[in-house]
Amino acid sequence: MATKHIKVTINGRVQEVLVDSTWTLLETLRDHLGLTGTPEGCSNGNCGACTVLMDGTTACSCLVLAAEADGREVTTVEGLEVGGRLSPVQDAFVKEGGLQCGFCTPGFLVSTTFLLDSNPKPSEEEIRLNLAGNLCRCTGYDKIVRAVQRAAGT
Amino acid sequence: MPNFDYAAPATLAEAAELMGSSGTVRALAGGTDLIDQLKSNRRNADLVVDLKRVPELQRLEVDAEGLHIGAARCCSDVHHDATVNALYQGLADSTGLIGSVQIQNRAAIGGNVCNAAPSADTTPNLLTHEAIAVIRGESGTRNVDLVDFFLGPGQTVLQQGEFLQELILPTPPENSASAYLRFIPRNEMDIAVAGVSSFIHVDPSSRKVLKARIALASVAPTPVRARQAETVLEGGVASEELFSNAGAAAVESATPITDVRGSAEYRKELVNVLTQRTLNICMERIGISV
Repeated sequence: MATKHIKVTINGRVQEVLVDSTWTLLETLRDHLGLTGTPEGCSNGNCGACTVLMDGTTACSCLVLAAEADGREVTTVEGLEVGGRLSPVQDAFVKEGGLQCGFCTPGFLVSTTFLLDSNPKPSEEEIRLNLAGNLCRCTGYDKIVRAVQRAAGT
Repeated sequence: MPNFDYAAPATLAEAAELMGSSGTVRALAGGTDLIDQLKSNRRNADLVVDLKRVPELQRLEVDAEGLHIGAARCCSDVHHDATVNALYQGLADSTGLIGSVQIQNRAAIGGNVCNAAPSADTTPNLLTHEAIAVIRGESGTRNVDLVDFFLGPGQTVLQQGEFLQELILPTPPENSASAYLRFIPRNEMDIAVAGVSSFIHVDPSSRKVLKARIALASVAPTPVRARQAETVLEGGVASEELFSNAGAAAVESATPITDVRGSAEYRKELVNVLTQRTLNICMERIGISV
């Protein structure tokens, strides 16, 4: 097995990790760094449950090798909080009940954070299009959209 | 996943040397196809060479030759690029509808091309812009017209040790535009049942079609040019009737199969309709009503 030494900033903290060449970023976060807030859904980029920010843009962490994250900044759902409090996006999901079983929620929170960073006042159509890569198998989309609208103040 | 080694070269020379290593070597760009294929044992690898850190493979700039797109540049960057939106509109269309936002942020145009899926969304528009593939090997580069790059599903002209360095799209003339449309049963996140890209260059006063390029996805073992449709269009005067004739002619270039996503007959009808729609979008973009 080939191992690589990587240095990656995760949720603002620099971490040095010895990873196998074949590990994905997702399994490194979950199984080796204890960051289990990022769930494993489909494992092939369809469901978006494992969405994280890499250098500020969203990526499915199941389709990224850990070695690719060397020198990058990764933000997981655990890193969205602001000063120990829920971020406005997280708070809006709580207030609107934008979750049912909760499995998809970390991915939705990260994708919504990314959307509102680049487009602070999205239309409903833009919200649905931009969150199309996140699947909610409970089909709670209307409440999720309302949560995004609350976070956006629209 | 199979047990492979990983390398991330920082220069083109290092990349070429690593790609020339013995065993099964795979180029990694966005990884949205390759990592899934490795996980599901559809492709294997002894060495994965991550090309994203090579500056030449991240190019996105215009010079006298046209637009250079480094093979590892992600779809999102291309989708939001001002030059692409002004001059290569069909490429802005296609890079904005591959997978999801998360996928577009990682997936590279070069990867979409080299994966050589007949349904690849970026390829038809690249063909209508007559893209040139710059292929890098250990002994230098060679240029191949992208239309000659594909040999079959998942198969390209790339030889052992070679990789796609960049695509060059010649600068389109004034009074030209391109468009890409695909049909999927959902609104997003699906694979094209059929896809069509059109490029058209017209004389603004006479509306005569000076040049036309049509290319199709998901209706043959490789992306294909619809040359009969181009012949119908060139020299004609842009009109609903001409575009209708072009749609019918485009079907002649489609040799689809019937599968879970659609029947052969359905795909042919889609080619007809999408050809006409993309031609109309091109005219709207040029600013001439048909």
